[in-house]
Amino acid sequence: MSLSDLPIETAVHPRPTGARPRLRLSDRALAPAIEHAALTPEVVRAPQVVFESRDVSVNYGEKRAVEHISMDIHRNKTTALIGPSGCGKSTFLRCLNRMNDSIPGFRLGGELLYHGHNLYAPQANRVEVRRRIGMVFQKPNPFPKSIHDNIAWAARNLGMRDNVDERVERALRAAALWDEVKDRLKSSALGLSGGQQQRLCIARAIAIEPDVLLLDEPASALDPIATASIEDLIHELKVTYTIVIVTHNMQQAMRVADRTAFFSLDETRIGTLIEYSDTDKLFSRPADTRTHAYITGQFG
Amino acid sequence: MSAIPQLSAGSGPDPAYALVASGNLRRRQAKSRAFEVVTLAAAGIAVLMLLILVYYAASRGLSQLSFSFLFGTLPLLNGSVGPLPGGIGPALAGTVELSLIGTIVALPVGVLTAIYVSEFSGPRGRRVVETYLNLMAGLPTIIAGVFIALLIANNLGQSAIAGGLALAIVEVPLIARASLESISRVPGTLREAADALGVARWRTVLGVILPTASNSIVTATILAVARAAGETAPLLFTCTLFSQNYAFNPLHSVASVPLELFSLMESGDPQAVDKAWGAAFLLMVTILIVNILARVWLRRSERKRGL
Repeated sequence: MSLSDLPIETAVHPRPTGARPRLRLSDRALAPAIEHAALTPEVVRAPQVVFESRDVSVNYGEKRAVEHISMDIHRNKTTALIGPSGCGKSTFLRCLNRMNDSIPGFRLGGELLYHGHNLYAPQANRVEVRRRIGMVFQKPNPFPKSIHDNIAWAARNLGMRDNVDERVERALRAAALWDEVKDRLKSSALGLSGGQQQRLCIARAIAIEPDVLLLDEPASALDPIATASIEDLIHELKVTYTIVIVTHNMQQAMRVADRTAFFSLDETRIGTLIEYSDTDKLFSRPADTRTHAYITGQFG
Repeated sequence: MSAIPQLSAGSGPDPAYALVASGNLRRRQAKSRAFEVVTLAAAGIAVLMLLILVYYAASRGLSQLSFSFLFGTLPLLNGSVGPLPGGIGPALAGTVELSLIGTIVALPVGVLTAIYVSEFSGPRGRRVVETYLNLMAGLPTIIAGVFIALLIANNLGQSAIAGGLALAIVEVPLIARASLESISRVPGTLREAADALGVARWRTVLGVILPTASNSIVTATILAVARAAGETAPLLFTCTLFSQNYAFNPLHSVASVPLELFSLMESGDPQAVDKAWGAAFLLMVTILIVNILARVWLRRSERKRGL
């Protein structure tokens, strides 16, 4: 099936950067997507909504994992999902690109819209969803291939066959890894350090020009220095991408996120969204007592 | 309070609590030791059998190895007196050809079966296919020969292709089971990574899963080839009508080492029996060496990948 056959291609929301290649990693600072977006009046008025979650709930078989999640995720912002273990923040994140589909018994209630399209509509193609919504996992998971092939493989498979070397370089530069690996692109990715592997996974994800990057605790397996470099990277990447990051580290959320959503368990021990607002506000003037208790370290 | 330390210090160890064997402990220990000896003997016999086998084959077969033995045409076993010229050249060539045909058929079937089971079938399909493969691996190999004889050889005549197909039946479960095991050991995180990149599953199989598992699959295939090369029964009704000369046409029978060994031994001619020992030694040593090398190579490559 060619990509253009898919219904998800017909954008309801304005996609100002439209048909032209949206990603220009090499001169990102000069031509960030947001500047193109600013040219269209619709975007000036209100932040563009990438994900719209309407009373989303998730069941694994009989067991309900999360419920009552309603939130908008905005374009070119970094949105952090925080909360104690088992509150369903990772589950919700993985719903955003349908990574939970293969888990037996998985069922999603409510509605999850991506640029106005129902992500779980029968005609929504799972593989296409993931092409547009990339993901980086908790543990770095490079393929047992060379550094170059790790990035080029998916791009080639998706039909991006022109100037592969250039694409690899742009992705590696965007992930702030180029200078460290440019002399050993042909050597195995498994020889990189943990932090480098994670940046390689980010490079791999952005090489296929997604719209959104989902980061599932991307720094939890890394040391502080590697963590800092990943966080710097997130700041740079949000110019081009919409980023959603799950973290159990509140300081990290404060450092990287524009908006923060606090998840916790409700009275019935089911994960839910407690509070969602600008990061500054959530951490300085939380509206909910549970949020206050969590960010002041009283539980979690 | 102070009475207890005084007692033990003053009167030495209490004989009532002596730590030497008492009651039936001596008897129980003797039994235990006897049991240990029996198991040791069993293990010894198992190892010894292989050693004796290698020793006999080496002592009687080693002297046979020569250029004319390795490359000469098969001896004519017509009961005539006098020196028996000839070697096992055509049989060696035939065995290579038969194993090749068998593997060309069995490798794709085995690997694709493993891929289906690990990547596409549900847990139920997996159970069914795994059970089936286990049964097939335990199938008496002569059944494979009879099956191919009834299906092909009896209609189209015996041929290397028929023999190779019978060997393929032996090889498929070996290759499929080992491939399945190695594919299952490819970390799920790699599948997740490929999924998250919007790559379709069959591409992931070709681009990530098979390359990651390839070393083990190659090893499994080599072991299956070694097994097939030593098989006699599948060839008995499918590939026996060979001449004493070199023949390669897959539409006709070709000679094979196990069958030639069988004929040499059956002839009763002492010189032929000597040649049979030579063939046995060659076959055994080749298979042993291939086995050992394949396993060492697999171990090393897996360690390199951190599996």
